[in-house]
Formats: sequence, C-alpha cells, structure tokens
Amino acid sequence: MMNRTLSRKLLGSMCGISSPRLRFAQSAVNTVQSQKELIKTRELEKDELRPLYMDFQATTPMDPRVLDAMLPYQVNYYGNPHSRTHAYGWESESAMEKARKQIADLIGADPREIVFTSGATESNNMSIKGVARFYKAKKKHVITTQTEHKCVLDSCRVLEAEGFDITYLPVKSNGLIDLKQLEEMIRPDTSLVSIMTINNEIGVKQPVKEIGHLCRSKNVFFHTDAAQAVGKIPVNVIDWKVDLMSISGHKIYGPKGVGALYVRRRPRVRMEPLQSGGGQERGLRSGTVPTPLAVGLGAACEIAQQELEYDHKRVTMLANRLIQKIMSEIPDVVMNGDPDQRYPGCINLSFSYVEGESLLMALKDIALSSGSACTSASLEPSYVLRAIGTDEDLAHSSIRFGIGRFSTEEEVDYTVDKCIHHVKRLREMSPLWEMVQEGIDIKSIKWTQH
Amino acid sequence: MAASSREHVLSLYRMLLKESKKFPSYNYRTYALRRVRDAFRENRTVGDPKAVEELMNKARDSLAVIQRQVCIGQMFEIQKTIMEPEEKKSD
Repeated sequence: MMNRTLSRKLLGSMCGISSPRLRFAQSAVNTVQSQKELIKTRELEKDELRPLYMDFQATTPMDPRVLDAMLPYQVNYYGNPHSRTHAYGWESESAMEKARKQIADLIGADPREIVFTSGATESNNMSIKGVARFYKAKKKHVITTQTEHKCVLDSCRVLEAEGFDITYLPVKSNGLIDLKQLEEMIRPDTSLVSIMTINNEIGVKQPVKEIGHLCRSKNVFFHTDAAQAVGKIPVNVIDWKVDLMSISGHKIYGPKGVGALYVRRRPRVRMEPLQSGGGQERGLRSGTVPTPLAVGLGAACEIAQQELEYDHKRVTMLANRLIQKIMSEIPDVVMNGDPDQRYPGCINLSFSYVEGESLLMALKDIALSSGSACTSASLEPSYVLRAIGTDEDLAHSSIRFGIGRFSTEEEVDYTVDKCIHHVKRLREMSPLWEMVQEGIDIKSIKWTQH
Repeated sequence: MAASSREHVLSLYRMLLKESKKFPSYNYRTYALRRVRDAFRENRTVGDPKAVEELMNKARDSLAVIQRQVCIGQMFEIQKTIMEPEEKKSD
C-alpha cells in the first residue's frame, strides 16, 4: 500500500516536472528547427516577379501536352477502370491499358509487367520490402548503397528492424560504386540488390547494365530507382537485366501522385504486396488506379520517348554553357560526382569559402536547392556528399542546378551572372577567403584551443 | 514538295507560331516557339508526300493542343517571371 502511494506520488511529481520539461524540450526543438531553416518561407506578392526555375530534380512542370491528354479523364470519362459491366468502366480501362503500354514502350518492357503506384517512393518501398519479405525464409540479405534516396534507405532500416541483414555499399569519390566490391558483398542468402540509376543530388549514372548482368549471374534480384533516369536517358530493362524499376510521374513532366513499378515476369519476381484490398494490378497494388493520373503518366512517357534525343541535346548544351561560364569566371569551384558518367541536367557545384545557404539566399531570384528537396533547408550537409568524401566545408557550400525541357539560354545566363556576382561578393566578405589569398593553409589552422 | 502543299505547310507553321506566342507562361511559350521552329527545320527536306501528310496531321493536332492549353493558361494566369522584362527588350 505504502509502496503504491509512494510510486503514485513519485509518478505524479515526475509528470508534474516532466510536462513543462517536455514543453521546454519541444520549444527547444522548434527553435533548433527555425535556426536550421535559414531560408524563410514567404509567398510572392501579387505584383512581384516570379523566380526562374532551376530545380528540375525536385519536380518538373507538367508538359501542356500531358495536361491535354489528362483533362478528358478529369471531366467526362470518370468511370472506374476496374468496372467490368458498363461503358464507363471499359473506356477508362482502355485508357489505362494504353498508358501502361506507353510506359512499357519507353523502358522496353511488356505492358503486363507495369504496375501503377502513387510514385517512386511507393515503388521503392514495394520492391525492397516486398521482395525481401517474400523470400525471407531462405534469404535474409539485401544490398544497397549509401547514396540512395531516403525512401530506399528508410525501407532498408525497417527491414533491419525485422531482422534482415543490410549492406550499405560505399561509393567511390566520384559517386560510382565499385563493381568488384559489389561482387564480393553478394552472398548466397542475398535476395535483392537495390541501386539507383541516376543520383538525384549529384547526377551520377551508375553502371546499371554491368550491375544487372552481375546480379543475374549470381541469381540475385536487381531493383533500380530510375526516377531521375527514365525519359532522360535511354533505358532498357532487357539490355540492363533489371528485375524491378521505379518510375515517377512528376520527374518526367507528368502529374504528381503517380508512378509505376516494372516487375519482371520472366524470370518471375515474386513479392509480398504492401497494400491489401481488391487485388488490382495483379494483386501487387490494391486500390483503384487513378485513370487521369495514369493517362498523364502514359502521355508523359510517350512524349519523353519522342523528345528524348532533342531534350538530351538541349539539356547538354545548356549544362555545358552553365559549367563553362561559372568555371571560367570563378576559381575554386568543384563539381561533385563523376564528370563523364552522369546525366548532364543535374549539376552539383561546391563553391569553396562560400556558405551554401547564404548563396541560396542571395540568389532568391532563382529557384535552386542545395540538394534533395527533403532536406533542402537544413544546415546538415547532404549525406550523399558525405558519402563521396566531400570535405565538410565544401559540402556546406554546394548548390544543385537542375536544367530541363523548359529551361532557356537566357535563364542559364541570368543564373550564371548572378551566381558569379554573389560568389565574388560573399568571398570578399569572408575572412577565410582573405586568408587563402594571403597563402595561409586553412586546414593547418587549429581552430579550438582545447 | 508540291507548290500548293508548300503553301499549306507555311501557313500551318505561321499559325503554330502565332498561337504559341499566346502562352502566358514564359517557359511554355519559349518552349513551344523553339520546338515548332526546330521541328519544321528538322523536316525541311522531307519530300515524300505521304510523310509530309503525316507530319502535317501531327502539326494540326499540335495546333489544337496549343490552342486549348493557351486558353487554360490564360484562365489561371499568375505573376510574370523575372526573365520577362528582358525578353521584351530583346524582341
């Protein structure tokens, strides 16, 4: 009895203390967060000019041709594509199947191998968790890389908590994986290798074909997150021997909220579905397929296929223009990631002795990002840059320039001019830059006394 | 290319440019103009009447898309971009 009251009293007093503490802790978290987010959110005034868009890796504007294809399905053809008993269902179904074929054609697959999802995040979750869980009785090992997208890494963390063994493959300083190392990591109980095609932060292109052939020879399934690659570089799941491939709608000038997963039929990839329900999409992804979004994704894929060469040539030209102008005007600029094995439209530059956030704030006329959109406003340097061994200070000074189908020469020139101006201005204010100009090696300085 | 057909092609080309110029969005407008010009330039030497007819049909479809999308763009017009004052100067 005594014990109980005592413990109750103790508990009560603890609660009494802990609740203001909690509040304090929470407000501390809030201040930390507001300190972290240096760049304030602010909506544009009615008569203010809009910044120009240079963040095509975060998302792309929808192509007007895509919207044109989608609108009839937002307006008139509202049938459920899975309704088998009336014309409303049939017309939606045939539109959905046409879209499936358009997606399949772009990546060299069979339409029956395409599953509609809500986006690349869902596709990645489905592949990694789905395949690993299906084969868990015999195989408990999954390999991925340190530079994957957050959703791949987080899915792997979840698997780890379920008792799977995960290998996070390091990358070389150019951002590419070492094939030899990958081969050594593959074990008899490895069920899946997941490596992205094009990195969203530094734009490097992994040797997907070689990885695919290696995995096939070892009898391991190979998943690749191709959200940044599909429609921008030629992709072929047969040549590459890919077993699962994630595709995103809004990265290829399609609608947001839709994506696709390619799941190989022969040799068949089996997986445990994440969602339970009506058994749509071969039972892999229950839930009504959103016809307008599917039609939009299909149209975006068809346009991407038609425009691939034209877009690629143009993006390459603009990217070279940007790099050449910046590099020739300012010293100590480092391009992150391999210079050759890359998608040209994603340029990640580190401006030494300049704080990335200050530069972003100065370049408020330009919609840019220091890396992935998920972590764009935090002071933490990107884990991708850390994985390629970028120095902490260089990682803090990096900016990603994203060029796409709708970018113009004038936009690139404007960006370059502003960038050069502000980097020079910020460096003139920087004591570090001054010291470097005086020939002092900054790395040799001991900043703290203890 | 037959003379009459040449006239048709040119008139369609001019129509496409005229409609593309109406896009309120800077990036859509510049893209449409550039893409139309490049497509016609690229197919300048196509001589086969069947191929010309096919391309003409494609262009007619594109014209309809542009007209509809210009309308939608105009319905939801927003602020101009930072690039536009300069664009006017260079015109």
